[in-house]
Formats: sequence, structure tokens, C-alpha cells
Amino acid sequence: MALLELRALNKHFGGLHVTNSVNLSLESGEIHCLIGPNGAGKSTLFRLILGEHQPGSGDILFAGENITALKSFARIHRGLSVKFQVPGVFKGLSVRQNLEIALQSRHRGEELAREIDRSLAFLGLEAEQSQTAGNLSHGQKQWLEIGMATSLKPRLLLLDEPTAGMSPEETRLTGEMVQRLNSEGVTVLAIEHDMAFVRQVAQRVTVLHLGRVFAQGSIDQIIADEDVAAIYLGQAHA
Amino acid sequence: MGSLVSLLRRLEGPQTVGRGPIFWALFAVVLAAALAFPMFSDGYTVGNTAYFFVWVFIALSLCLIWGYGGSLSFGQTAFFGIAGYAYGILTINFGSAYGFTLIALLLAIVIAALVALLLGYFMFFGRIEGVFLGIVTLAVTLMLERFMAQTAGPEWHIGTARLNGFNGMSGMPPLTIPWPGGPIVLFADVGLYYVVLGILVLVYLALRIVMNSSFGNVIVAIRENPERAEMLGYDVRKYQLITFVIGAMLAGLSGVLYTAWGQYITPSSMGMTAAALPLIWVAVGGRSDLTSTVIGTLAVLAGFQALTIYGSQYALVVMGVLLVLTVLIAPNGIVLGIMNWMGRLPLHKKRGGS
Repeated sequence: MALLELRALNKHFGGLHVTNSVNLSLESGEIHCLIGPNGAGKSTLFRLILGEHQPGSGDILFAGENITALKSFARIHRGLSVKFQVPGVFKGLSVRQNLEIALQSRHRGEELAREIDRSLAFLGLEAEQSQTAGNLSHGQKQWLEIGMATSLKPRLLLLDEPTAGMSPEETRLTGEMVQRLNSEGVTVLAIEHDMAFVRQVAQRVTVLHLGRVFAQGSIDQIIADEDVAAIYLGQAHA
Repeated sequence: MGSLVSLLRRLEGPQTVGRGPIFWALFAVVLAAALAFPMFSDGYTVGNTAYFFVWVFIALSLCLIWGYGGSLSFGQTAFFGIAGYAYGILTINFGSAYGFTLIALLLAIVIAALVALLLGYFMFFGRIEGVFLGIVTLAVTLMLERFMAQTAGPEWHIGTARLNGFNGMSGMPPLTIPWPGGPIVLFADVGLYYVVLGILVLVYLALRIVMNSSFGNVIVAIRENPERAEMLGYDVRKYQLITFVIGAMLAGLSGVLYTAWGQYITPSSMGMTAAALPLIWVAVGGRSDLTSTVIGTLAVLAGFQALTIYGSQYALVVMGVLLVLTVLIAPNGIVLGIMNWMGRLPLHKKRGGS
């Protein structure tokens, strides 16, 4: 069964048609990558899924339920979670407190403290737990936010450029982290520019171009597609 | 019993400066000094100190909404005025018998809370944020001041209570506690001092517990990054509204105690100056910490009063300079800066010293 289904989704910003009749179906348990050149409407699509923008027309179904009219926090309660493009950690608070805020709605007291410790160990941030989150390196902030997003035990995790600004080694580790989460049953939809990462994790790839679904398939099919190369890969690797 | 222990544990936490035996020993010393103070002072000074305490609640309300919540509100004075007038209207109409002044105190706070609920609902669910929140709340405050200032005519009355326009209301009874041996009337001296001090200590400790709870966590999370907070599943607007209403109740408490203290309230208590001063107290002390707010407010109030005695024209100018200096030198607040510095001192070595 499709976990997330976008049906004929449209969004205009003034005269700009940023999301143009997008149909997209996400199977439960898959890692799906969303690629496309800048301005293709990838982040807008995320905002529509999360309820930060309302579509002009079309429907968003999550686990069979129409969530188009739900507020963002209610969608999170249904099992969505997100890591933003620009790391959205609570900069002025400690790393530990960041995780506490993410975990406190599911756990209390001693159990909460144990869960925070477990999460710190998973993210490799034990030594930094008392530090202010704003002082972390860029990669560590990304991981912290992924940790916060996953601590909600989501059914669908949206990742907006999870490896932006990471070294190749950090990118590989992030890929492993995503695969580990996926093996625990989390469905992943990731916007990503880093082709090494896409190759590492993606089971299916959707190419977005000028607000439309341009192509869809396995990473090999997408790379072999000359039209895709023309609009995206060609430019990226030129 | 277990839940009481976990509540008390929340007296300390990441949202409040001050922890451990040294802090609480200092707290006990200060509290003991405050309790003993009336024995070594005269009635006027004690009443004047109670007057300072009265203002701390509105400062705490701003600390909560602005310092912890990140929303700058000029509306606290509006709730101060609404509750103050409500207390006056209720007690002038119904008197002070059978402990009614205490009921009026609670009712006045509830009225302020209801107004905040209504205003806050439209602001937060209408997504009014940042500087616009400040503008809307300031507009409401000034509108109320203008409105009350034009109620001089005899047609402006509620029951037997005349609103009296710019001159304000007076003659309402002070807080009165019913007692078997005859009611205790809390005039602005020792009796009121102890009552206000008691409320202040309770409110301060309760707010420490609230801010270090999961609720407080969400409030500071919204200040740091509202989008992230929402995407962790928190209904941001609901939390903002609750904070706003709690803040209005604290400001209202100030308003009632002020009205009961001096037995008068005027529209200028909701004016521009009245709206700006609490901001200065809180900014100078340290808006993101309860203890800094209390200390800063009392210090600035005492300093301000001393200045008005020796050179009344300059006191407000000095307040402005103080605010500018704080913003430039210690943007997080002077008292908070000092307390954080003290927290970093190697106290174990210094304990025997000065």
C-alpha cells in the first residue's frame, strides 16, 4: 500500500507554477530520492506535504487518510517527520535539551533520560551533550536534527538535503544512518543533490523539473535517461 | 509523594539560573532578610518595599512572554489596567465584607485572562508575529488608556463605581482578610508587605517549576525555532496562547495589588511610559531568567525612585540611557551576566574566602 500519495497537486506563487499537477506515490518501506535542478520545486513539494503551504488544488493522502487540510503539527502526530535543508536545531539550547524536547512527548522521567542517552550514542554526540547546539559543526547539526526528527519514531521521514555541506566520509556515514533507519521500517523521502548519496541509498528516484514529475525509476534508469542528463545530470557534471 | 518530589526537582533546570546548595542557601538568607525587614524598619519604608514587590509580577509576565517565549508584548500594562480597574469596580460595588476583596482579586485576574485569551487567539491564530505582535499589543494598551481617559462624565459608571476619566478611580477598599477576631485590613504597610512577599515567593517558585517542565521546554523551543518546534509535533500557537494568558494573569495580579496598595488606579497606568518601563526592568535584569528579572526589577525600581526624589525630570532619561547601555554592553541583561559569571567561578575553592 502506498504510504504517501500526492494526487494532482498544484501550487502557484503569483504567476509562477511551482508545483504542476504532481502525482507521486511512495511505497511503505522504500527510500525514495527526489532530485532535480534548482528551482524544480522540490522544497515546495516538501512544504506542501508538511502543511507549511496549502496547495491550490489536489490532495495529499497519508496511509490512506486525506491530510490536505491538517495543520503541520497534526501531520507530525500522524507519523511524518522532517529534517530541514538549513539545520533547524534549537541553537541557543544544549544538545541534550534539543533531544529532550524531541523525545519528551513520548517518554518521561528516568526513561526519558535513558532515551536521550541512547540517542546521543546513536548520533555520536555524547561528548557534546552539554554544548550549545549552535556551536556544533555543520555536519553535527545535521545529525542532531536527523536524531530529533527520528526520535518521533516516524513512519515517513522527509530529508531535505541531509548531506549538504558534509565531507564525503560524513556523507557515507549519513547514508548508512538512513539505511539503518530504513531497515527499522522507516520510509524515507530525501531531496538530495549528492549523486554518491543517491546511488548509495535510493531504491527509487523521481526527477522534478519546472514543477512537474519529469522522470521516475531506479537510479540506473535515471542515469541512463538522456533527457534527464540534459536537464540535470548534464549540468551537474559538466 | 513521588509526584511532589519530581515537582520539587524541577525547581532547578536548564531554564533557570541558580542551582545547588549554595544557591538555595542564598535564597534562604535573602528570604529570611526579607521576612525580618519590617522589624528593623518603619511602616512607610515597608509599605514602599511592598510597592516594589507589586511590580515584580508584571516584570515576570514579560520575562515569561518575551524572555522565554520570544514574543515582545507591550500589552502587559493593558492587563495590569484591566485587572486593576476590575478590582476597583467590583469592590466599590460589593464592598469588602466576607472576604470579597480576595474574591475580587481572583475575579479581576480571571477577567484579564479572558481578555488575553480573546486577543491572543486572534493574534496567534492569525499568525501575527515578531514586531507586529509588539505593535498590536501596544495599540491595544494605548487604546485602553485613551478610552479610560475620556470617561470623566457621570454617565461613565458601572454600578456605583464612577470611572472618573483621566483622574482615575479611587476609594476602593484595600485587601481584607476575614478573621474571627475581626477582619484584617491590609493597608500599605507591614500586613500587605507579608502577603505580597508570600505571593511573590510562591509565584517565583511555581514559575521555576513550570519553566523547567516539558511545557517550559516547548516555550523556549518556540523562541529558538518555531518551525522546528511545530515539526516536532507541538501546536505552537496553542502554547503561545497559553503563555500569553499566564502572562496576562501575572500582569493582572500586579494591577490588582497596585490598586489595592494605593487604593487608586488611573488611565496613565496603561500609558506609553507605563508600557515601556517594565521592558527596561526586564531587559536590564535579564529577560530570559526568572531570578535575574526579579533582582533586576527591584534594583531598577529602587534606583528609579531615588532618582525621581532627587531630580524627577531626569529619571526617565536615565532609564532610557540604562536600556541603551544594556542593549550595547550586556544584551542578555546585566544581572544575568553577573550571575552567569558567578556560576563559572570555582566556588569550591572560594567558599571559605570572601
